[in-house]
Amino acid sequence: MENLIALLVAAPLVGAALLLCGGKRLDRAGHWIGTLLAVASFAVAAVLFADMLGKAAGHRALHQHLFSWIPVGGFRADVAFQLDQLSMTFVLLITGVGSLIHIYSIGYMEHDERRRRFFGYLNLFLAAMLLLVLADNYLLLYVGWEGVGLASYLLIGFWQHKPSAATAAKKAFLVNRVGDIGLSIAIMVMFTTFGTFAFGPVLAATGDTGEGRLTAIGLMLLLAACGKSAQVPLQSWLGDAMEGPTPVSALIHAATMVTAGVYLITRSGAIFNAAPTAQLAVVVVGAVTLLFGAIVGCAKDDIKKALAGSTMSQIGYMILAAGLGPIGYAFAIMHLVTHGFFKAGLFLGAGSVMHGMNDEVDMRRYGGLRSYMPITFVTFGLGYLAIIGFPGLSGFFSKDKIIEAAFAKGGAEGWILGAAALLGAAITAFYMTRVMLMTFFGEKRWNPAEVHPHESPKSMTIPMIVLAVGSVFAGGLFSIDDAFVTWLEPVTSFAHGNSPVSATAVTAATIVVLLAGVGVAWLKYGRKPVPVAAPRGSVLTRAARRDLLQDDFNHIVFVRGGEQLTRTLVQLDHSLVDGAVNGTAASMGGLSGLLRRLQTGFVRSYAVQMLGGAAVLVAATLLMRSV
Amino acid sequence: MSFPLLTVTAAVPAVGAIATAALPAARRTAAKWLALLFSLATLALALLIAFRFRPGATGPYQLTESHTWIPDFGVRYELGVDGIAVALIALTALLIPFVILAGWHDADVLEDTRPNRRWRPTQGFFALILAVEAMVVISFEATDVFLFYLFFEAMLIPMYFLIGGFGDRAGGHGEEEAAAQRSRAAVKFLLYNLAGGLIMLAAVIGLYAVTADQLGTGTFSLQQIVEARAAGKLDIATGTERLLFLGFFFAFAVKAPLWPLHTWLPGAMGESTAPVAVLITAVVDKVGTFAMLRFCLQLFPQASSWATPVILVLALISVLYGALLAVAQRDIKRLIAYASISHFGFIVLGIFAMTSQGQSGATLYMVNHGISTAALMLVAGFLISRRGSRLIADYGGVQKVAPILAGTFLVGGLATLSLPGLAPFVSEFLVLVGTFSRYPAIGVIATVAIVLAALYVLVLYQRTMTGPVRDEVRAMPDLRVRELVVVAPLIALLIFLGVYPKPLTDLVNPAVGHTLSVVDKKDPQPAVQVDAVPGGDRRGPAVRDQDVEAAK
Amino acid sequence: MNPVNYLYLAALLFTIGAAGVLIRRNAIVVFMCIELMLNACNLAFVVFARMHGNLDGQIIAFFTMVVAAAEVVVGLAIIVSIFRTRHTASVDDASLMKL
Repeated sequence: MENLIALLVAAPLVGAALLLCGGKRLDRAGHWIGTLLAVASFAVAAVLFADMLGKAAGHRALHQHLFSWIPVGGFRADVAFQLDQLSMTFVLLITGVGSLIHIYSIGYMEHDERRRRFFGYLNLFLAAMLLLVLADNYLLLYVGWEGVGLASYLLIGFWQHKPSAATAAKKAFLVNRVGDIGLSIAIMVMFTTFGTFAFGPVLAATGDTGEGRLTAIGLMLLLAACGKSAQVPLQSWLGDAMEGPTPVSALIHAATMVTAGVYLITRSGAIFNAAPTAQLAVVVVGAVTLLFGAIVGCAKDDIKKALAGSTMSQIGYMILAAGLGPIGYAFAIMHLVTHGFFKAGLFLGAGSVMHGMNDEVDMRRYGGLRSYMPITFVTFGLGYLAIIGFPGLSGFFSKDKIIEAAFAKGGAEGWILGAAALLGAAITAFYMTRVMLMTFFGEKRWNPAEVHPHESPKSMTIPMIVLAVGSVFAGGLFSIDDAFVTWLEPVTSFAHGNSPVSATAVTAATIVVLLAGVGVAWLKYGRKPVPVAAPRGSVLTRAARRDLLQDDFNHIVFVRGGEQLTRTLVQLDHSLVDGAVNGTAASMGGLSGLLRRLQTGFVRSYAVQMLGGAAVLVAATLLMRSV
Repeated sequence: MSFPLLTVTAAVPAVGAIATAALPAARRTAAKWLALLFSLATLALALLIAFRFRPGATGPYQLTESHTWIPDFGVRYELGVDGIAVALIALTALLIPFVILAGWHDADVLEDTRPNRRWRPTQGFFALILAVEAMVVISFEATDVFLFYLFFEAMLIPMYFLIGGFGDRAGGHGEEEAAAQRSRAAVKFLLYNLAGGLIMLAAVIGLYAVTADQLGTGTFSLQQIVEARAAGKLDIATGTERLLFLGFFFAFAVKAPLWPLHTWLPGAMGESTAPVAVLITAVVDKVGTFAMLRFCLQLFPQASSWATPVILVLALISVLYGALLAVAQRDIKRLIAYASISHFGFIVLGIFAMTSQGQSGATLYMVNHGISTAALMLVAGFLISRRGSRLIADYGGVQKVAPILAGTFLVGGLATLSLPGLAPFVSEFLVLVGTFSRYPAIGVIATVAIVLAALYVLVLYQRTMTGPVRDEVRAMPDLRVRELVVVAPLIALLIFLGVYPKPLTDLVNPAVGHTLSVVDKKDPQPAVQVDAVPGGDRRGPAVRDQDVEAAK
Repeated sequence: MNPVNYLYLAALLFTIGAAGVLIRRNAIVVFMCIELMLNACNLAFVVFARMHGNLDGQIIAFFTMVVAAAEVVVGLAIIVSIFRTRHTASVDDASLMKL
């Protein structure tokens, strides 16, 4: 059975190779090949999942060793896969949502002349993402980690002729690379500490190691997670990444790739459990980001950017949960899965709206679309209810558990984190209601003469329906008998937290803040008409529109500073380093110029010099003899 | 006597050079094919060396040849290869056919400049390339210091003519100005390397004097010197050893090039044609880093340890400095040159970290950097030849009109920024790990370069390939068949060596083990011993110990 | 007679020759002065041979004569060709080789 694992990665990889090298011959069949291979990968995953369910909980992990990759002295990196419950969860999410989005893209990208290439990139992404979650050591994980970064780069910049897309792609890759420094260093510290960086030995040996090294590893892994999962302070790329085609935003920048940071932290749970300082850093990052993303999401008028802010905020929840230790890991992953359903659904819905609105993204130019695209409206609405945590839907179960676990952290920390999580829930309800109202309700703010909103084709609506079903039922299904927690427990371990607040009180508080958020949003955007031109807004709104000035900060400090630095270095290279050499040459030239003057061209002056030289020689000889 | 494979491998391109040069002016095309044929024959011989070489065999060098040459001065004609040399000979022999193919039309523009029947630039161009190949190959093979020195220096002559004589006419200031720039760059190249070489000559003579003094008969043989030192018969005084080490190192640092001796490289690479630039950075410069491993460390182990801190700092500066300057370049080829300076910093870092990961990584880096820079530079050359400008600002939107060109350029760029899955990642990570395990601070700072590398590569790609299509590039044709034949194998090799570098590491590891044992350094041990590996058939510490012993 | 006196004579002749080379401009005269210096050296060699009682000095004197003869041939040829082209034999006029 374990031999099937490689097939999971191989199928989309073959697809990518075929589609990217196949040339124009495959233009007509390319999207079918890509979709087929993605679905094949999902089928393999389903087979493996069924097999796994048939085994006892403690013996479900599968290993497949393919070949020795980099063997040098004590450094042994292998290409080997490990499929346990955590990986399985991700594999199902990735291949499942991935397949749906492949299908969706057939319709969405129908008129794009480079559709074959698009599917090639999507397959490449699937392969890299599966490699990331299936790797059994950190270095192979790193390959997948950068591989998804590359796929993300290619897909964000898919419409390369738009300078904004090319810039956004570059920015995403660069910010991710900053995070990659963290992963590199973490692996190096692991190697010098344990002599290996395979999951098994490293995670088993955390007990014998000094806390200092573990804290270093933990903080570096957190840096990596911040880059990939768009957490503060490396979150600035995610908003710009919305330049990519919408299916890409749904798959990569909502459901799967951006959650890789959560996977990394959960996978390295043993390290974080033994390094409380690193854990504290994780929860702080999570809490700050969940508020940051939510605030940004409130101010954006671009539907995709509002959803991007929401993604950031929801991943903040997951990171927060993962930072809580064994009381949170399972809920982090559970929220990750439910989020995968509803956020992908929301993005696909947004894509469907844009598809019907001539690629308009400004919500101020939407309004009253519910009657024009009913399926989109219903599926988007279900996703909306799920994300705000409407009781009974997926988001409610997973988010509520995280808030509960945050309170259970204990002490002042627990209260602060719990309050932050609750506040985040309120803001989420506000901005999602805002999106909903501005898009589907109110009066039409578009020109009927130019825009003809219409429902999208079946290839697009079916994936949306499937995802909507998931958004509604997944959370409830997972919570029957704590099924999800039991499923993950052998990998992530689980501990019941002792919350100072009772679970019922937390749930009640969640529902109250939810209603408050929805209510405020209705007061602002439902009762009053929405102006087409954005009002000036308060200082906070204006800052939030500019991503809370983070880009400005980066621009001034890193871009300007860097430009200044490189310009100075170029000057120095020219004047100092090269100057020293050229200076030596020039001074040699000057010296010979001086000596040249002795050559007067008069024979008799040369004769005098000879005579003088001879006299000096004789004198020197005599002097030497007398001494 | 067995078949002198090493001599023949060096002799074939030399014969090829003479044969190509001897063809009459009218047989221009024949000269190209002849040169290609000879380079392919050399490649076949290099592969034969690789297959005949047994990585596990005892003794540091194999396929050895040894003859007396100048008995009065103890100079011998001694050849021998270890795994490192085999890898680099293979790299050289592999790249030259691509260089020749990529430079197929580089000399054509000069053909019409003089109406003279004896004017044969095409024959000259290809003969010079083959001459360089012959000298580089024999430099990798020589185990006699004098023999090595001879060809290390002689290489400069054909390189000088290649840089000064053939340009890409894309400087943007007209042919007069370009020729002047070119000759300046060539002279600078020559002077820098001559200065390094002459200082090395003094050290070579010094080495002879020391061995003559202590062993009775002077010798240049690397093996003899290493053995005599191991047996305690040769004990160079500390001060003398350091001076001799510095003399050797200076020459190699100029060639490598290490900051602050690097300023000849951007000029030389910028002004010459793309194939010649590949020849400089991917082939000739590797002799410098290779010689650090073979001669500096093995002849002067104590002095090497003594100089390590300073050299590591210089290497670290090279890494960051090269990357930062690459970011600021406006000229495509100069950008690649500065990127190379950064990469050479990594190689030196790996060599002097004195760990098996570092040195194996450095050797792999030499090979991978050769391939990746060749891919990037040659595609850049194709791009430049289409538009007639080296300036980044003159391009834009090429992706739309020439997608294959843009795609290959991107892959070359991704290899340059060490994307995992492509070969340079393996070597860069090994160098970083090797450095980190002995010098954590330097390892951490060097890691910053991965962001800078991404910056200069992606900015280059963005400015040239993406965005709205500029009018000047609208009619640009995509890669032709000849150009695709050049690039595709290189890219395939980059992917193969990134996914399965084991053949290369198996080749290199024993040689690195030998070098480290001569220098008397061992890898630092991990802080925690991990045992009992759950799941999978991963080897535990037991196998690791065996490996350490095998390395000894 | 004391052979040292011959050495004084040789020194005197050499000085006269050297002064002539430095002072005179006519190439022919300069040339003659050089010959004078050479012959002063020859004289000194012969005297030393006599004083030390071996033949080395005399042999060197012969060598010098042969070299001087060869030099005269080359030197006069140069002077004549310069005189032909420039119609002067002044050494100060022939200064074109300086940079």
